[in-house]
Amino acid sequence: MLWVDKYRPHTLDKVMVHVQEAQHLKNLIAQGDCPHLLFYGPSGAGKKTLIMALLREMYGIGAEKVKVENKPWKVEAGNRKLEIDLTTVSSNYHVEFSPSDAGFQDRYVVQEIIKEMAKSRPLDVSGTKGFKVLVLNEVDKLSREAQHSLRRTMEKYSSACRLILCCNSASKVIEAIRSRCLNIRISAPTKEEIVAVMQHVAKKENLQLPMGLAGRIALLSNRNLRAALLSFEACYVQQYPFSENQAVQATDWEQYVTEIANDIVTEQSPKRLFQVRGKLYELLSNCIPPEIILKRLLVELMRKLDSELKREVCHWAAYYEHRMQLGQKAIFHLEAFVAKFMSIYKRFLIATFG
Amino acid sequence: MMAMAPMQQSSQQWVEKYRPKQVKDVAYQDEVVRTLTNTLETGNLPHLLFYGPPGTGKTSTALALAHQLFGPVLYKARVLELNASDDRGINVVRTKIKDFAAIAVGNSNAAGDYPCPPFKIIILDEADSMTEDAQNALRRTMETYSKVTRFCFICNYVSRIIEPLASRCAKYRFKPLNEEIMTTRIKFVCQEEGIQLNSEALSTLSKVSGGDLRRAITCLQSAARLYGSSISSDNIISVSGVVPDEILDSLLVACKSGQFDKAQGVVTNIIAEGHPASQILSQLFDIVVKASDITDEQKARILERIAETDKALIDGADEFLQLLDVSSNTLGAFCNLARETSAF
Ligand SMILES: Nc1ncnc2c1ncn2[C@@H]1O[C@H](COP(=O)(O)OP(=O)(O)O)[C@@H](O)[C@H]1O
Ligand SMILES: [Mg+2]
Repeated sequence: MLWVDKYRPHTLDKVMVHVQEAQHLKNLIAQGDCPHLLFYGPSGAGKKTLIMALLREMYGIGAEKVKVENKPWKVEAGNRKLEIDLTTVSSNYHVEFSPSDAGFQDRYVVQEIIKEMAKSRPLDVSGTKGFKVLVLNEVDKLSREAQHSLRRTMEKYSSACRLILCCNSASKVIEAIRSRCLNIRISAPTKEEIVAVMQHVAKKENLQLPMGLAGRIALLSNRNLRAALLSFEACYVQQYPFSENQAVQATDWEQYVTEIANDIVTEQSPKRLFQVRGKLYELLSNCIPPEIILKRLLVELMRKLDSELKREVCHWAAYYEHRMQLGQKAIFHLEAFVAKFMSIYKRFLIATFG
Repeated sequence: MMAMAPMQQSSQQWVEKYRPKQVKDVAYQDEVVRTLTNTLETGNLPHLLFYGPPGTGKTSTALALAHQLFGPVLYKARVLELNASDDRGINVVRTKIKDFAAIAVGNSNAAGDYPCPPFKIIILDEADSMTEDAQNALRRTMETYSKVTRFCFICNYVSRIIEPLASRCAKYRFKPLNEEIMTTRIKFVCQEEGIQLNSEALSTLSKVSGGDLRRAITCLQSAARLYGSSISSDNIISVSGVVPDEILDSLLVACKSGQFDKAQGVVTNIIAEGHPASQILSQLFDIVVKASDITDEQKARILERIAETDKALIDGADEFLQLLDVSSNTLGAFCNLARETSAF
């Protein structure tokens, strides 16, 4: 088992980051009348861990006895019948899934499946809280329509069912849903917290982890605890005993983006643009989300830029990423950004050095 | 299969617990309350259209009216409530809604104390989310069965209801609750639930809720559950999702310094802390509009970009990039730098 999984805290008492939040959650369920919850914050911050620990606190160890199912659900959409494939993780007490998996049919998932789950008459089993829990992931990816469909369900069936919603970006969740939930912001752990967690893991694994190395791993993780633990384990596989200035590898795709950024600033030409396109395709075909690529690329390029160009470049990055969300083919917009950058940069070089 | 014990009274959410049960309990919406109270006596009811911002009592009023007209026994037979969680496409309008509208009603004055007028009510809550086609399909039904069926449309924006439907309804605007009413309701809930809220926290709560009582009550319950029965203003801020002032200050300071890297650092931090970009934008907007040390031209330049960004976020654009763009533009405005796009 990977360390990230092996050392995931299972109870609210054991968490090492978000200790305050965990304590608050304990208070929350000590009372019977818990509201719907919306957890939001960057990925790798520890939302999922808290949610799992919360369920465990509510229902005991039974909440961890889960089964994963992938099955087609039959729903009526007007006079058509649809089959929607969903992967659910469920225990006796809760069901978890990502309704946005249904893509443009997500509205039917909310209107039919979630509503059905929310109102279904559950069995009588002792030790429950009087309600069951639906954990819905990635609610920020739900269409507006689907989000609107959720509004009244949250009120109407609230006596028998609690929703725990989870997302990265609360901006993409409509106000009507946010105002029906207790909003819990989960910030990314600080560098110091990440170091502390790594030291904890090191102790459990009987390893000597030099502070300098831990610090660099934490820094490179960009406050992403999952990324830090993965890269910590990778360092271990690579070399043990650790040394203070041992190299910490960025993940493959990150290195690849750095390479692309180098390509772009060393030459601005149609030929180079063509080569870069090939590399971008490569990243996309490895399922790296295009907005992640664009953000990383921007940050890499900015490192190499004079500050007077930064405003212009960051504007175009925002501009093309927006268009990418509206369009269908991510590669067009990634490439457009690269072309734009090349033209800005070349203009600058000519103006400066002639 | 999922398991659950019988519902405990205490697991009720406060918004539901304190939802007005009778039309007369609906606060602040005097006009509609007066008219409907009258209806309860005479049994005369026009088609209704309730519109206004969230948490102002629209759904509560409609449900209370229906319950008071028909009582528990007849409710199911006489009231159809459909909301955005139901499929309300054309097909449903043509079948389910039409079938219900067409049912004849007997003169059953059966249910004791209730007026039970001889019609049914179809409540279409959150009607803004119905397509225009579906609304058009409703026109005929509404006309044909107007003797035995009343419609009640509920929405946030009246403009989303097509004219032919809207013009057949008595329209009532639900106003955002004013501070005084909010405070009274909040105090009432505090008293019932045994909660201490000092005056600073009380005013923060009514400020962050902006006239939306649902939001206020949810915040209150959240704060009470997280922090215990004595609640401070900071507690309210943290459950309301409002971004603390210091954070916006630091962003503005960075922008005023003219150093891009500093602004980028603050933005990176804001996103890592998980603050929603949309929330930052709306608070930034308020600050900029009110600021006395920013020229009108600078304000225009900053606000224009905020507006564009707001739209981009709704389209699903990335929060980090959009916030960075706004900040960099704000920096440019403060330092009177050329616009980024001027070269093109
Ligand atoms: N005018 C009001 N008077 C009393 N309570 C209200 C009023 N408006 C909103 N509320 C409170 O807010 C909650 C939501 O109100 P609701 O009627 O569902 O709002 P909406 O206008 O969004 O349909 C109710 O449960 C109630 O507690
Ligand atoms: Mg409503």
